[in-house]
This record gives sequence, C-alpha cells and structure tokens, in this order.
Amino acid sequence: MARGIKDKVAILGMGCSKFGERWDSGAEELMLEAYKECLKDAGIDQNQLQAAWFSTAIDEVHVGKSGIPLSTTLRLPNIPVTHVENMCASGTEAFRGACYAVASGAADFALALGVEKLKDTGYGGLPGGRGGPLQALWNANGTAPGNFAQLATAYMTAHGVSGEDLKKAIGHVSWKSHQNGAKNPKAHLQKAVEMDTILNAPMIASPLGLFDCCGVSDGAAAAIVTTPEIAKALGKHDIVSVKALQLSVSNGSESGHNSWDGSYFHTTRIASKKAYEEAGIKSPRDEVSMFEVHDCFSVTELVTMEDLHISETGKGWRDVLDGFYDADGKIPCQIDGGLKCFGHPIGASGLRMLYEMYLQLQGKAGPRQLKDPRIGMTHNLGGAPRENISSVAIVGRYE
Amino acid sequence: MVGIVAFGAYVPRLRLNRQAAYDANKWFAPGLRGLAKGERSMANWDEDSITMAVEASRDCLTSHKAEDVRNIYFASTTHPFKDRQNAGVIGTALNVEQNLSATDIGGSLKAGTSALIAGLNASRGGAPSLVAAADKRMARVASANELNYGDGAAALLCGTENVIARLVGHHSVSMDFVDHFRGDEAEFDYGWEERWIRDEGYSKIVPPAIKAALAACKLKGSDITHFIMPSLMPAVPKQMAKMSGIGEGAVRDLLGATLGDTGAAHALVMLVDALEGAKAGDRIMVVAFGQGVDTLVFEVTAEKDKLAKRKGLSGWMARRKEEKNYMKFLAFNDMLPIDKGMRAEFDKKTALSVLWRKRDMIYGLVGGKCRVCGTVQFPRSQVCVNPNCHAIESQDPYAMAGLECAVMSFTADSLTYSPDPPAYYGMITFPEGGRFMADFTDSDKEQVKVGAKMRMTFRIRDNDTMRGGFKRYFWKAAPV
Repeated sequence: MARGIKDKVAILGMGCSKFGERWDSGAEELMLEAYKECLKDAGIDQNQLQAAWFSTAIDEVHVGKSGIPLSTTLRLPNIPVTHVENMCASGTEAFRGACYAVASGAADFALALGVEKLKDTGYGGLPGGRGGPLQALWNANGTAPGNFAQLATAYMTAHGVSGEDLKKAIGHVSWKSHQNGAKNPKAHLQKAVEMDTILNAPMIASPLGLFDCCGVSDGAAAAIVTTPEIAKALGKHDIVSVKALQLSVSNGSESGHNSWDGSYFHTTRIASKKAYEEAGIKSPRDEVSMFEVHDCFSVTELVTMEDLHISETGKGWRDVLDGFYDADGKIPCQIDGGLKCFGHPIGASGLRMLYEMYLQLQGKAGPRQLKDPRIGMTHNLGGAPRENISSVAIVGRYE
Repeated sequence: MVGIVAFGAYVPRLRLNRQAAYDANKWFAPGLRGLAKGERSMANWDEDSITMAVEASRDCLTSHKAEDVRNIYFASTTHPFKDRQNAGVIGTALNVEQNLSATDIGGSLKAGTSALIAGLNASRGGAPSLVAAADKRMARVASANELNYGDGAAALLCGTENVIARLVGHHSVSMDFVDHFRGDEAEFDYGWEERWIRDEGYSKIVPPAIKAALAACKLKGSDITHFIMPSLMPAVPKQMAKMSGIGEGAVRDLLGATLGDTGAAHALVMLVDALEGAKAGDRIMVVAFGQGVDTLVFEVTAEKDKLAKRKGLSGWMARRKEEKNYMKFLAFNDMLPIDKGMRAEFDKKTALSVLWRKRDMIYGLVGGKCRVCGTVQFPRSQVCVNPNCHAIESQDPYAMAGLECAVMSFTADSLTYSPDPPAYYGMITFPEGGRFMADFTDSDKEQVKVGAKMRMTFRIRDNDTMRGGFKRYFWKAAPV
C-alpha cells in the first residue's frame, strides 16, 4: 500500500453556515457565510489561497456547472478552482482534492467548499429525474427513500431480524440524532422527538417512515488546509490533522451480480478498512472517539456502523438499542445531529461532518462537547445501496 | 393445409365492478341500471393495445419459437401510434426482426378477423404468421359503452404444420354501413340508434354473408358447432344464428358478464375461448361485423389435444382482482384531472437514437452471457460484471423476458410519482444469473415479499405527453 497522507495535512480553519430551509439565501450567500467563518478561523488572507475545490451535487437547481460560481462569488484571486461531484460524497471529495494538493506540495493553502441550495425546487425531497438518456429508459421509478428502504428489507432477511425489532432500532437512531440536534444552533431541526412520534409517523417508503428520512436542507461548509508545519509557524495550537482519506466506488457487482445480498455496503467495508490502515488504527471500536456517518436514512446509519467494522455484522441493531452510539454511549455518533437533524445540503455534507470533528477535537463544540475526543471519523455515501460512492475521512489531534 | 397452429390471450388483472361504476353515475344516467351487473376488464395504467398484444403473443408462442415467425399482423382500433409501426414494436418485444413482415390493421371492429384472414393466406406457403389483436377503447363517462367495453387481447399463430384448427373457408363483404365511428379528432365512439343497426344492419347484411360463407365451405348452418359473433346487443348473435340455420346451442357466450367487449380483438378472444374447450371435428364459425362482414370457418383437428398447455383466456381470466373504485378507472384512463404533483412534471423525452441502439435491451429484455465465465447479466455490458472474471467484450445476447425471477428486496414508495401509488419496485434476481432494480406492476401488499416469484411483463413505463404521447415501453416484474 502507498504511504498515505497521515499527518501531512492540517486543518487551518473551518466554517459552516446555518443549515435549514434558507428561504433568505441563495447558494452564493450560503457560500460566503461558511467562507467568512472559515477564513477568519484560518487567520490568513484570501490572496494566500493557491487552489480550491468546489463541491455541489445537484448544481442544475442552483449555481450551475464549473468552478466559476465559487470563484466569482468569493472573488478568488484567479486560482485553479475544480468543481467536483460525487453525489452525497461530494463534500469529502472536495476536501480530498484540497488535502492532496497540500500533501503533494503543489499548494501551501487550499480551500475546499461545498454548497447545496435545494429549497428552490417548489417541492419537498430531492429533485428527481436525473440520469442519462439510457437510464431514463429502464431505471426503476425510484427515489432515495425507496432505494434505502430495500436495505432494511434485505437486512432483516439476511440476519433474521424481525420488522418490529428493526423498526425500534432505526427509530432509536433517529431519536438519538434529534436529542443531539436539539443542542446545535446551526442545525436544521433542533427539536427532540418522542419515540412514539417516530414509530407512528406516516410511511414514506416502507418500512421507512417520515422520521427515518433526513430532511432536505440548504447550507454550505468550508475548510482551509495547510501542512502541520505551516500551521505551527502561524502560531496554531491544538492542531487537527488528517489521518486518512479513502474512497471506494461500486463497479456494478452489487447491482448486477448475484453475489451481493443487499444487506450491506460493499464499498464502505473497503473504504473503512483502507482508512484504518492509512491512519494506523488497529482496533477501531477502541480507538475512534466519535463518528459522523451518512445517516441519510436511519437504516443507513445502522448498517454503516457494521460496515465501518464497529458493530458486528447483523448485530448493529443491538448496539443501537443498547445506546452504544448515543451522546453518552461508548462511541457517540452524530453528536451534531447528523444529516437527520443538522441537515443534508448534499455538496456540503462531508465538510459539515468534518466541521463537527474539528470543533470537538479543539474543544469548541459548546453544550454538546464530548470529553477529550482524540480521533474522529466521518463517512459519506453517495448513490444507493446497490451502486454508490463511499468516502471515509479520519481526523485527529496532531501529536 | 393452412390453419391455426397455436392460440393465446391476455386479459388485464383488474375487473371494474359495473355496479360500482353505475352507482357513481346513476344520478346522471339512471337508465344504465340494466347494465349494472357483472364486471368488465380494466387495463392497468401501464397497459395499452401494444402491451396486451405482446402478452397475448407470448402466451400464443408458449411452445413455438418467435424467431420462426415471418409475418406479424396487429389488429386494433386503438393502436398507440398513428405513424410508427405498432406491429413492429411487438416484433421487437418478441426479439424478432430479421425476415419479418409487420403490418398494422385497423379502422374497423372487424380488423381482428381481417388480420386473421391475412395471416392465414400469408401462411399458405408455410411461413408462420402471428396475428395479434387488442383494443383498449375509451368511452364517455356514464355511457353504456363505458360499461360494455372491456380491455383485452388475443393472438393466433397461423401455419401449415401441426394445425389445430384447419381453415375450411372464409368470405368477406365490405359496405359502408356506419353504425358508429370514431373520427380522427375524437377520443370516443359516436353511434346511431341500436334498433336501426339491428334491423337495417345486422339483419340485412349478416345472414347473406353467412350464407355465402357456408356455400363456399360446402356446409349447412347445422354443421356449425361453435358460432362466434361479437355484438353489443346480446340478442343479435342468436338472431343471426337462427336466420342462418345455426343451432341456438352453438352460439358462443359473448363474455359480457366477466370481460366486456374487447373491440377489434373480441372475435379472436371469443375464438380462443372456443378453441380452449373444442374437440376434434368441431366446426367453428367466426363472424365479425364492421362496415361489412368477415366470416371464417375452421375445423378442429386431433392436433389440438397435443398443444402444450398455456394460460389462455381462462388462465388470464382467473388472474383477477375486483376494482370497485370507479375513480381509479377514470384516473387510469386519463379522464380525471387529478393533482399529480410536481414530481409528475419531469421531462419524459426519449432519445430515439439511444432507443434504437439499445432496442434489444429495452424492448426485448436481452441481457448478456459471458463466454468466459458463463455469468448471465443485465444489461449486457462491455466488461463482465462477475468480480472474478471482468472479461472484456465477452458477452453473447441472452434473452431474459421468459425467465422467472424472484424478489431480493423491495419497497412500496409513496414519494415518487406513480399513477397507482405506492410504487412497488425492487431488486429482482434471475436464477440463471443477472439482476436489476425493476418496477413492479399488478402488485399488492399481500403478494410482494422477499423471495416471491415474479414474471416479467411488457408495459408502458412513461408517456411523453409533451410530445404527443410517445409511450416508453419496458419490462416490469409482476407476481406469478
């Protein structure tokens, strides 16, 4: 295996807009909101930026294509701006580009910024109807909830979990995120919800009810990265460095070959294993302090915790019900409310997760601050269980 | 000897309860009370005359190879396309293209019998001809036609080998007797007074036609075992039989109580019904009326009992779900300006160049089989999907429409737009190999389960109403 980028890149500054139904803002205002906080936190001048990566996933409903929208909105100093799109993994993908630029020595300061403005479509949920002219002729008439609901049916079948047990476990996943989100002033949904409300909510795509689905939000998040040496030279302390960045993309075996049973994320298993190797983590269940994972749907989070090799395969639902991932559990997950409550502006989500890790590792997370976290792990999943991009980032204190 | 070699039929699963339809409309049309009994077949929202004809043709070809078919005749008064060969779509769905002549026949309720005559004559030299007939006619709200019509299809394979019903003879007259019509700009039929149609039309045109046909066949009326004659007036076939010396017991049931009148397909639907129970030596007369008369006479042979079992009309009739929701009937037929929501607004434009390149995949459900590792896969791709193979350009076409499959995972989606929510779809796997995320149709909560056996069926996927109604067809999974 290649040497990896462990401790070659430090996060110099981060920013994140308020997430939610931002009727007051377009993508441009959201970008600036996140960027202002980020640049101030980094403590450098805009003219010091040498490269930028810009992530949006459904740009056809807001800024449009290319790197130009970022460059013009922020009036960047004519530096290279790369527009990246990898569905829900886009934010982490932008971060990866910026980190690789720094790790390679091509740039001393690089910006990653993700944004999504979804609430100008006129209806709830994600915009549909994407895909090329061939997909339009044969792809099932599906939605994200419908695709992820099938993860639930396949999981129950593979592990003999009853519908009732699973519904309770995924209900707990959402309950926990609502508890956490209530403590986050930037979150889209800041209200704790009773279990009964969750379990009795209207069905969206069986067996997923309303509270099993994350909302659709507007928002932006940004990071400026540099090397740990430069960060130190700039007088930074409590430096957060990148320990691992891994991505795994489906090659069609899950969707087209009968070897996959539909109950897990093939790519997440691969990406997380590589990330632990890159970060030098031997026993993730003991070494990782906290997670922000891709809880686009409650069942996604449950299954992801198995595929990240934290819960045993087929037993994740028990860990969830035991409170293992609660704020006061062994490894808190979605301490900022997750996609479920912080919100899910697609292109910004990966960076939003890193923002929470960054705050927690520096002890700046306010009322939801965890005690002495050392290693934080984020995970995004773009696409559907049968065909997806799984991205994993591990960050930690630079020691 | 030319004749019918095989038969098949198709009837949509839903049956509209006529009483329910009448109850909704009796405030306006109390006179329809006499028709408010039994049920009529009702196409699902994703069915039209092409999809029904494809299903009937598949049923017909249960024990015959589609690639042997040299001619396809498709009769209907509701062809989905005015200019685009409808019969050709059926051919592509059956994976027949080469050495195939395809013809649409329409314009009259006797289009079905005219197509059958054409098919039989085309087969005299030995080239098998497939005759498919289907209709899905629209009718005005609270009209008698709405209750009388049914949706359905029949298919007959004509040929000279292993003939199950030999053509004894046929006869036609053509005269412009306009009992009803549907103009180019109309959605619905417009008809004249029934008593005039009976007294000046049927009574004066049909008996001489039958007489001429019997003479051509050197038969008497009493030689006919099964007399088939569709009509919206149930007494008329009996009257025509009587006037022609045909026994009252020979007059076949019009299937009105359970199916309804399937338009241009109905004579052939009734013929399939008769063939299913017919015995060697039975003589079947088929009469169709519509700006003239077609008459055909068949004699059932001993080969009939050797024909492989198929669903047939009785099988499809037995697959039934009662529908008492008249509003759903209106919505499925686009007779109700229902609020479909913004998710129904997505553009359905079809790239015709893509459709042409991928027509075997989209219309034929042809996947691939890897020559190196044997893995069956859908769609056929450049690189084998088997993670332990990944051979390049190694796949031969592999037809999958006829394979049974099973549900691996599924959902009932209330978010996506569907004319019949919730939308059922899921991952289906084929035991031979291959899987894909498929839309389900004709599905209920009770039937769709992990492991449930499914059958692929040719359906409308989308209707591009922005461009005059270009129907996109693809295959969906339906519970076996």
